[in-house]
Order: sequence, then structure tokens, then C-alpha cells
Amino acid sequence: MEIMVEAGASEVTLGPVLFNWAPERWRDFYFHIADEAPVEIVYLGEVICSKRAPLFEPHLEAVATRLAAAGKTVVFSTLTEVMSKLDRKLVESAGSGDLVEANDASAFPYLQGRPHHVGPFINVYNERTLAVLARGGACNVCLPVEMPAAAIRTLAAAAGRLDVTVEVQVFGRMPLALSARCYHARAHGRTKDSCQFVCENDPDGMVLSTLENKPFLTVNGIQTLSYDYLDLSGDLATLQDMGVRRFRISPHSCDMVAVASIFRAALDGRIDAQEAHAQLEALRLQAPFSNGFFHGRVGNRWNWPAMH
Amino acid sequence: MTETIGYQRPELVCPAGTPAGLRTAVDAGADAVYCGLQNETNARNFPGLNFTPVELEQSLAYAHARGAKVLLAVNTFPPAGRFDLWRDAIDLAARLGVDAVIVADIGVADYAAQAHPALRLHLSVQAGASSPEAIRFYCQEFGVKRVVLPRMLTVAEIAALHREIPCEIEAFIFGNIGMMAEGRCSLTNYVTGVSTNMDGVCSPAADVRYEQDARHTLTTKLGPVVIDRFIRGESAGYPTICKGRYLCSAKKDPYYAFEEPVSLNLSALLPDLMRAGVTALKIEGRQRSRAYVKDVVCAFRKAVDDLMAGGDAAFASLLALTEGRRETEGTFRTKRWR
Repeated sequence: MEIMVEAGASEVTLGPVLFNWAPERWRDFYFHIADEAPVEIVYLGEVICSKRAPLFEPHLEAVATRLAAAGKTVVFSTLTEVMSKLDRKLVESAGSGDLVEANDASAFPYLQGRPHHVGPFINVYNERTLAVLARGGACNVCLPVEMPAAAIRTLAAAAGRLDVTVEVQVFGRMPLALSARCYHARAHGRTKDSCQFVCENDPDGMVLSTLENKPFLTVNGIQTLSYDYLDLSGDLATLQDMGVRRFRISPHSCDMVAVASIFRAALDGRIDAQEAHAQLEALRLQAPFSNGFFHGRVGNRWNWPAMH
Repeated sequence: MTETIGYQRPELVCPAGTPAGLRTAVDAGADAVYCGLQNETNARNFPGLNFTPVELEQSLAYAHARGAKVLLAVNTFPPAGRFDLWRDAIDLAARLGVDAVIVADIGVADYAAQAHPALRLHLSVQAGASSPEAIRFYCQEFGVKRVVLPRMLTVAEIAALHREIPCEIEAFIFGNIGMMAEGRCSLTNYVTGVSTNMDGVCSPAADVRYEQDARHTLTTKLGPVVIDRFIRGESAGYPTICKGRYLCSAKKDPYYAFEEPVSLNLSALLPDLMRAGVTALKIEGRQRSRAYVKDVVCAFRKAVDDLMAGGDAAFASLLALTEGRRETEGTFRTKRWR
């Protein structure tokens, strides 16, 4: 039986900027995305550190307006870790916005009963969890980055029955861990409260290398990311076949319009997997690519698409 | 006396890695023990640890005969297509009459609440619920009766939280510091292909290597990744990624990017924790020896009893039992640790 994929059914989405970019640069990045990037959904908002949120706040309305005017759907992402009064206030204010992506259960009380997205920082690993969240109004779920293909396939089928869209990160450094402690501040002999926003120096995170001087991880405030960049461009057809409809690229300081265009072209079948990967390689990112999680293997491993 | 000390008698919750460990903890004065089954359903899925269903049944009888509770940790995240294993664990817990199950996954919590409404649910630290809103969500949706708090709050924050939530609080007092927000860490999977969330394993022993060179420098590895190096005479820690030494542009020398290899020890904060409304005090370490469990449980048993009798908690030194003989109060005393 031939599976007909509806034309234009696959969407490229742009995850929230995880890093502490200079506010004007942050604004201009989104203006650029609004004007040129073939993405359907843009996630906006500070998800890592509530102390950073006021930096972007002055530009938020202009950015959201410009994106909406360009035909993009804007979703407001909430914090991943919620402890302090400031954290809680930020989640509450996002909760009153239009379409919201929850990244911690703290957001659920504000979202119950109305359509919302569930972000990759909430553990949706199985059908029953998905069903509970759908009951509460979840209409889109971005799966945790470590989910293997077999589980994604089962979950995507269940999502179809629940009328929930499944989204999968396909590009960018992989979020691996969160902590109470700010490792950026710690590296500079400071604490979270006295950080002086030192994370602004590292637009793609601060690289940690092993004692053998091999780059290994990336630090972004309280967050730990992979050193490698995820690239699932070779697995898009498999993902589409599973019923995944939304493909998330995570912003970095490289040419994200180019990244979006590559994934758009690959999803449309205008370029093949090899070509997509070659074009991503041509962007000369700081680190190698990996796709091990999807293949049920060591996360930082690369499997050539032709091999599966 | 109770009016002047201003707190309720707390439950001392102790680790039981094996049936023998459970008996040791109960005999040493544990009010409750927590344990897991021999599979991926719990977050300490290590070879040689945990309970078969028969062992669990026998251990329940042992504990209950001595007035101690048994809590079963079913605190990992079943991947799609594999839910049956977790469902069976919950059914077993209900059938054998465990005093509570400790759950982390929303789906598992939902199953337990629907299928066994009388089964008491505790929310695992693996659920990472750190705000009143998040905790209330689990209480309202699944009838959770107790939350095991992530190790990321100060005592003052715990006291404030206590006033805003409708369930009991269990707080860690001794053992691993747990650097990364539990239930939200894929570091092990990134280098070993085994998932902490789905397989219940952090830094699996099968991927750990100790390599010594000609100068007796010991290198510890997880998978192919160098986690730390120790010169002759230094005591080498178990290689977990969040306790390793790394290099970064901001530092001249290798440094512990996340945390030194230390243990959490809140013995000095016990009265404060109890006054903050903590109902249960949790000792970490299901993978530790029976001798360790006996010493730690005895020390805390005496401390709690002394405090309840209106005295001070006099601790024999627990330092010998901490990792690398170093201890910390982590986030609990001051926000400056963050």
C-alpha cells in the first residue's frame, strides 16, 4: 500500500534560542527568520534562566509581531526548571499568552483545558503519558532528544489516534542535562546569583573538553548540552513514515536560514539525505554531527544514513 | 516537650539495595525502607542489586513484623511499547501490599491511580517537581501523597514550599549529591547508549574502565571518555560524568566543572529541615554496603530520637562514609552554592 503524504504536511519549526545572545542580536536574528526562513512555527522565550528574560523582554513584542506578520505561528516556551519566585512569575506570565509550550510541569496548571504544546524537557516517553497530557489539552509534543526510533514510531502512532502532533528535534546541540547550579558562573568563580551574565560570552555554549583535550560537552548556564550537533537530515523519510510532522531545528550562531532551507528542501524531497548532510557540513560548524540516540546507540555516534 | 521543639516526628527513610540490606536497615532503626525490582523499572538497575517478587514479598513480611514500611521505587520512564513491565511492577506492589510506590512517569502515575486507587503514591525525585505548581499538578491528577524534593532548594525555600502544597515532603539528608536534575539527564546515554531515564542506569559498571600507566597514574573512563585522572596515592572516584574533571576556556587547569566528588550531609541541618515541615528524611545509597547502611542509619536514628527527646543531635562523624571523605550541604543552607 502506498502511503500518501499530504503536500506541505511536514513543517520545519525553530526551537527557542537556548543561549544568552545580546538582545539586539537576538531581535535581529528573529527578524531575519521572519523575513527569510522557511519555518512554520517559531518558539520564543527564555527557557534556561529566568534572570535572562528581562534582557529580551523589550524586544519580545516586536519580534512576535514581525514573525506573525510573516505567517509564522508563534509559540511561547516556558522555563525548564522552576524554583524561585522569579521563575514562577515567568511561567505564570507565559501561561497567560496565546499558544504556549510547557517545558516543566509548573506550567500545566495554567494550561489545563486549553490547547498547548509540550516541550522536549517534559518526559513524554510513552503512550499513557501522552494520553494524560492530551486529556489536559496538549496538541503538540516535542519528544525528548534521547528517544530511539522504535519508541518514536509507537508513540507517533498513538499520537495520531489522540489528534496530537509529534515533533522531533533534527538539528542542533542536544540538551542533555539540567541542574540547580550555574556551571557558567562556576567556571568563572562566581555563583548563579552573582553571575554578571557571563554566559553571554558563549553564543553556542561553553565547550568542556576531557583531560585528553577532546571536546565533549557544552555548558549553557544551568544546562549541559552535547558538543556534537544533532543531524537527522538522513532520517527524515523514516520520521515522516512514522507520522512525525514537525521537525525542530535548534538555533545556533551559524546561518539558521540556511539550515532551515536545507531541512525544507530535504523534507520536500528536493535534495537527498547525502546532499542535505553535505550542505550542513558546508556550514563548517564548530563540532561534528551525531545521530546515535535515534538509532538506539551511543548518543554521540554518527551513523551514515545509507547504512540503515 | 513537643510544643517547644515545634516539629513532628520525621520518618527515617533508608536504602535497601538487597533483601539483606533491607533487614540491616530495618534492624538499625529505619522507619521505612525503599527498594526496587530487578529490572528497568527503577533508577538503580545495577547487576547484583534489587529484589525479585518473592524476595519483595518476604522482605515486606520482615519489615512489617518490625513496624517498618516498605516503599517500592518504580521511578523510571517506560518507553513506548514497553509499558507492560512498569504496569506489572505497579500491579505487584498493589498485590503484595507495599506501603507506597515511588513514581516519576506521568503515565505510570496515571496507571497506578486508575488501576489501584488505594495504593499510596509518592512522587520520585526523578519527576523533578521543584515548584508548588508542579507538585500540585501531580497531587491533583494522581492523588500523590508525598513528594521527594529535588536537591536544589534551600531549607528556607522548602519551608515556603511546604505552606503551598497539599502533600508531605521527603528530603534527602545524606548520600550522593545528585548534581543534575534527576529524570532530566541523558549524559550517560550520550556516551554509553544506556539511558538513565529508560533503563534506570547512571554510569553503568559495564562501561567503566580504570587504566593505570607506568607512573601509576590512574585514568577513569566511562565508555571511551576520560572522566578523571588520579596521581599515585589519590583515591579515585567512580567515574560519573557530573563528577569528572574537564578543561574549558575560562580555566587554566582541569577543574570539576559540575561538582567535586563529595557527598551530601545535612546532619547539621536536621532540626531546621524538621521545622521546615519535612515529613520524611531520606538516606541515599541502595548500591552501598550493608556496613555503610548500618552505620548511617544508626547515626541518623540516634540523632532523630535525641532531637525528638528535646536534646541536640550528637553525631558520631559520618565523614568516613562520604565520597572522597568530603561533604557538602549543597543547595540546602545557602543559595551561594548555586
